[in-house]
Amino acid sequence: MTSSCRRPEHTAPPDVFYNEEEAKKYSQNSRMIEIQTQMSERAVELLNLPERQPCFLLDVGCGSGLSGDYLTEEGHYWVGVDISTAMLDVALEREVEGDLLLGDMGQGMPFRPGTFDGCISISALQWLCNADKRTHSPPKRLYTFFRTLYSSLSRGSRAVFQLYPENSEQLELITSQAMRAGFSGGMVVDYPNSSKAKKFFLCLFAGVTGVLPKGLGSETSDKAVPNQVQYSGQRCRFKSMKGKSVKKGRDWILEKKERRRRQGREVRADTKYTGRQRRPHF
Amino acid sequence: MKLLTHNMLTSHVKGVIKGFCILFFQATEVKVNEVEFNPEFVSRMIPKLEWCALVQAAELGHRQDLPGELVPDYEKNEEFLKKVHRVLLEVEVIEGCLQCPESGREFPISRGIPNMLLNEDEV
Repeated sequence: MTSSCRRPEHTAPPDVFYNEEEAKKYSQNSRMIEIQTQMSERAVELLNLPERQPCFLLDVGCGSGLSGDYLTEEGHYWVGVDISTAMLDVALEREVEGDLLLGDMGQGMPFRPGTFDGCISISALQWLCNADKRTHSPPKRLYTFFRTLYSSLSRGSRAVFQLYPENSEQLELITSQAMRAGFSGGMVVDYPNSSKAKKFFLCLFAGVTGVLPKGLGSETSDKAVPNQVQYSGQRCRFKSMKGKSVKKGRDWILEKKERRRRQGREVRADTKYTGRQRRPHF
Repeated sequence: MKLLTHNMLTSHVKGVIKGFCILFFQATEVKVNEVEFNPEFVSRMIPKLEWCALVQAAELGHRQDLPGELVPDYEKNEEFLKKVHRVLLEVEVIEGCLQCPESGREFPISRGIPNMLLNEDEV
């Protein structure tokens, strides 16, 4: 397969892949740290925890505790589970605040019912979709994980998983097993128009049904009402141009900026100077 | 491992019928870490705790000043909350072992991390 060299879960099982060398990256590579922190920030935002209340959270696949650091910063207490001893060693070295546990998520979460106020997991769930041993069956392991996770969460709490799904079948497998275990919820996709900034979050509710949050940079919220006139203002403006505005004009620039914003890129704010010509110089 | 985590842990070995029972534990090395006191969090966690197990664990961790029964009206009793806080979040088990009371399966704790990995036949 061509893609196999680019996906870490195809190279080796997680306890083998995350060796000392790989684990070291997570404490030294500033880009990796930044991405991990950003994703945990978004995951906690999606958890929708009550404000100003210290919560007890579970971090599945905590690794070196980068996501946990953010939880501590927010004033929460957490327990992290990971299968890689090398990664947990890095977490010990970094002296993270939370408690650490060596465990395999496919074997279930060993916690009493109603323990946690929420669960986050950054880039870990896709590892469950591989059978690394003869006895492993991905659907079964996924189901065991979700079933035990459901019982260890308190009613009305959420679980947010950031993941890199390989294809739509994999995504369907994960969501169907989660629904079987009693969860409700679904996928939230941030920046769906961009190939780089696009991020998948599986957002699950335990006990109650909630409204799924909207992904960042997506416009699905506006299109949800079927019998509503859409883009009425724009339609009048560009009637003659068949949807396109005059190149280099103010509208054209605004449109381009909007498109780039949807892709999650950094764009200057629109001001009254946007698209204006500069004064002549001699 | 903090005693709060111990109080929340159960065994997930195959064949355990009752389930949800607190694991017995032995500690050979215990450390006390200063953690900032947060009365709100402690009083929120108290209803979730298995009190008897916590008192037993506290004795093993050489902290014997917990009352055998839960004090009524604990939210306002700051002295009591401080005691619970010390046991829950400051006592850390570094070396020791957890044992499932039903199956007798042992989970070793090393460098403060309990090893909850199961063998193939226990899943």
